[in-house]
Amino acid sequence: MSDHSHEDGSRFSEVELRVKALDSLLVEKGLVVPETLDKLIDTFETKLGPRNGARVVARAWVDPAYRQRLQQDASGAIAELGYSGMQGEHMVIVENGPKVHNLVVCTLCSCYPWPVLGLPPVWYKSNAYRSRAVIDPRGVLEEFGLELDEDVEVRVWDSTSEVRYLVLPERPPGTQGMSEEQLVTLVTRDAMIGAAKVPSPTGKRP
Amino acid sequence: MNGVHDMGGMQGFGPIEREDNEPMFHHAWERRVFALRLACGGLGRWNIDMARHANERMPPADYLAATYYERWLWGLQQLLVEKSLATREEMLSGKSLAPVPHGVIAFAPERVEKAVRAGRNYRVDAVLPTRFFVGTAVIARNINPVGATRLPRFVRGKHGVVQRDHGVFIFPDTNAAGLGPKPQHLYSVRFAARELWGDGAPHNDGVYLDLWDDYLDPI
Repeated sequence: MSDHSHEDGSRFSEVELRVKALDSLLVEKGLVVPETLDKLIDTFETKLGPRNGARVVARAWVDPAYRQRLQQDASGAIAELGYSGMQGEHMVIVENGPKVHNLVVCTLCSCYPWPVLGLPPVWYKSNAYRSRAVIDPRGVLEEFGLELDEDVEVRVWDSTSEVRYLVLPERPPGTQGMSEEQLVTLVTRDAMIGAAKVPSPTGKRP
Repeated sequence: MNGVHDMGGMQGFGPIEREDNEPMFHHAWERRVFALRLACGGLGRWNIDMARHANERMPPADYLAATYYERWLWGLQQLLVEKSLATREEMLSGKSLAPVPHGVIAFAPERVEKAVRAGRNYRVDAVLPTRFFVGTAVIARNINPVGATRLPRFVRGKHGVVQRDHGVFIFPDTNAAGLGPKPQHLYSVRFAARELWGDGAPHNDGVYLDLWDDYLDPI
C-alpha cells in the first residue's frame, strides 16, 4: 500500500483517504454519531490497559481468598476490582508455577482480554506470533528473553472461543516486604500474556 | 474456511517484532477505524462471528500484507455492503446516494460506557447434555467448512483430552452464517505438542483450544 502519509494534513495515504470518506459517509447517513466515536476512543485510551490486569495479579499475590475466587470465577473476581465487559466477558485465569508456564495466543484472529489488558500490541496481532506461538512456543519465548528448562511444561492457550485467558505470573523473589500498590508497578503486560516473567526488583531470577 | 487467517503452525513469517512503549494506535486513522467498527457493530445488523468472518474473507494476498486495522477496515466495508447500509460507490466518494433502511438506529453516545463495561453474554442459559467429561479422550473432527469455523486446521484429526467444560455457548459456525446460535457445550481440550507436531516437539508441552461439541468425537 502506497504511503505518502504526513500528519500535517497536506497529503494523505490511500488508507487515510478511504477512512475519511467512510467516516463522513457514515455520519451523513446517520449510521454513526461523532460523539459516540469520541466516547469509544476515550474509553479505550484512558480506562483500559494492562494496569487493570496488574491490579488483579497483585491482589491475587497478596490475598489467597481472592486468588481462590479468581480460579473459580475469574470474571466475577475481576469485576470485584471494577473491570468487566467487551472481550472479557468469560475470563479464565491460568497460573504459572515453577514447573508450568502459560502462553496466550489467538491463531485465528487476535482475541485478547480488553478489560484487563486493553488493546493488544502489534506483535500479538502479527502473522509471526499467531503462526509460531503454537508450534514453537519455546522459540518465541527465547526471542522475548525467556529460556525455560526442559522439565517445565509449556501450555499454550489458543483463544478460539469467547473465553479470554489471563496469565497469573509467579510473584518474583525479593518482593516479600512490598505492598500491593508497589507490586502493581512490577507486573508487565507481557507477563500477563505469558511472554515474559515478572522481573524481580532485586534482579534475581524467579 | 481454510483461509490464510488460520495461521497456527505456519512457518516462515520471521522473528516477532516488538516495540517499546508502543502507543495504543499508531495513526489517527487506526483510532478512527477502531471506533467506526465498534459504533457500526452497535447498529445490531451483524454479530461478532459475522464480523470476524468478514475479515477472514479479505483476499489472501491482501490479508497477509495488511496491518491489523487495514483488515478491520476491509471487513467493515464488506459488512456495510452486505447489510445494504452503504455501497462501494458511496464509500469511495464519501457521499450518500441513498437513505439507509428503516429501523436502523445509530449507537448513541449515552450507551457507550454501559455497552463497553457490560459486553455481551455468549454463554447460553440452557441445560444441554454433556457429551464429554473432564479427562475424556476426543478427536477433533476433520471438517473443512467453506464458511466460518473456529476449528483451526492444525488440530483437525488430532487426539486430545478434555480439560474443562466451560458450559453452553453460542456456536460460531452457525452464528456467523445467520443460522442461529445452535447452543452447545464448549470444552477446553489439550493436545500434546507431540500429537500436533511430531516426535521432535518437547514431550511435556501442550496446546489448549476451546472447542464445541460439533467439533469433537469420542475416540
